[in-house]
Amino acid sequence: MMDNKMIVEGSLQSVDGGFSFLGRLPYYRGLGLSMIEDIQVTVDGDVQPRESVRFAVRGKTYTLDEMETCYDNRWNFGEKAQIIVLNGGLSAGNHTITFAVRNRVSYLPFVPTTKDTKELALAA
Amino acid sequence: MTSKIKRGVSLYSYQNETFQGKMSLEDCIRTSAELGAKGIEIIGEQTFWGWPEYGVASEDVDQWHRLIKQYDCTPVAHDFMLDYKRYKGREMPFEEQVASVKKDIEFGARLGMKYIRALVSIAPEVLVAAAPHAEEHNIKILIEVHAPLHFDHPWIIRHAEAFEKSGSDALGFLPDMGMFLFAFPPVWKEKFLRIGVPPAIADYVVKAYDDRVLSEYVILNVQQMGGTGPAIAMAETLRHNAAFEPKRMLDHMSRIHNIHGKFYEVTEDYVEPSIPYDQIVQVLEQGGYEGYICSEYEGNRWIEDAQEPDSVEQVRRQQVMLARLLGESEVPTIKTPAFAPTLTEAAE
Repeated sequence: MMDNKMIVEGSLQSVDGGFSFLGRLPYYRGLGLSMIEDIQVTVDGDVQPRESVRFAVRGKTYTLDEMETCYDNRWNFGEKAQIIVLNGGLSAGNHTITFAVRNRVSYLPFVPTTKDTKELALAA
Repeated sequence: MTSKIKRGVSLYSYQNETFQGKMSLEDCIRTSAELGAKGIEIIGEQTFWGWPEYGVASEDVDQWHRLIKQYDCTPVAHDFMLDYKRYKGREMPFEEQVASVKKDIEFGARLGMKYIRALVSIAPEVLVAAAPHAEEHNIKILIEVHAPLHFDHPWIIRHAEAFEKSGSDALGFLPDMGMFLFAFPPVWKEKFLRIGVPPAIADYVVKAYDDRVLSEYVILNVQQMGGTGPAIAMAETLRHNAAFEPKRMLDHMSRIHNIHGKFYEVTEDYVEPSIPYDQIVQVLEQGGYEGYICSEYEGNRWIEDAQEPDSVEQVRRQQVMLARLLGESEVPTIKTPAFAPTLTEAAE
């Protein structure tokens, strides 16, 4: 659900050492950060290493490993998190971004991965 | 004769609009109130940012009470989640689960709720252990009986037995009407056709559902018809859904205190093609039910790949349908636009 609303349109920007965009949790509620098992970002067909991904909400930034043991913060319903990829940066112009999130949901008899792909432009 | 059954809305219904920030909490409550659906149910952690990990700001709770009062509504239920898989690789210990339910009891009481909803996967022992705390806060904990589970399933029978043995009237049930799915929902079929299920297979699955064929036979037949991927997924929905009978609620009426009015679609002529609301209302009346039926729109996820869901129109149609079935003379009507259109939509 909400798959096609995960990546926020027009949110691609350059950051120190890489790029970022805004992402939303594809779910009807929020989740504690420890239940976000993986966030995978693919840029123009290249899967970015897990170690290069950072997740930031309300002024706090986490590696994906740090999120796994974070029990005092959450990705709220509809909240736009900044997804940062430290890949050295992207060229200006259009890029195809795929954003995949794997959650551990207590009541589901499976572990869902949901993804969204959008073309985003990086300003020169 | 007007029924004693009351109408409400679970704000879950408006998720497509609230997720995108198109509808505020005030929009949700006002729209529901204008439809005469004055019972408000929420999923605590959908409506309030912060819950449970870092808590809810007191201003947000004040705002909730102000809106409930302003629109003359009644807080009905806080649906809690209890994430017992919070820790990777190990389940949350029993005592911690009970403590977590107690926190949700307190949060429900803080919001003025009568009930808190427990997900069906939660063990009866956890709820029984939390029951005295619920009694102290004048809250009832209701386990949501939801497909594929149903009132004759051994897991639910275990809950019913544990509730009786506890002697507490703070434990009960919240049936989700999706368990009475009497026909394959048209919006499901259309979605499966869009993702590539051959029409002949889709027609067969719908017919097999009508004929009440055992899911395992349907899956095998679809495989033998050459079905793969999406076709198997369509057949597998029969594992998780079946046309159980609304009258199965009658044995449990003394513990049923809230109803999820699940629906996938209400048509322009006010019919839910897959859930038998006429029969459901009849059974509830027969059982002396006097609580709320809260709209729970879940067609959104079945159509969002093809069109933007119009949750408000869907809730309106279901409320018109319910008002008719309950013998109300007024037709529920929205007087104020639910939300302002975005600039792009306004330009279209």
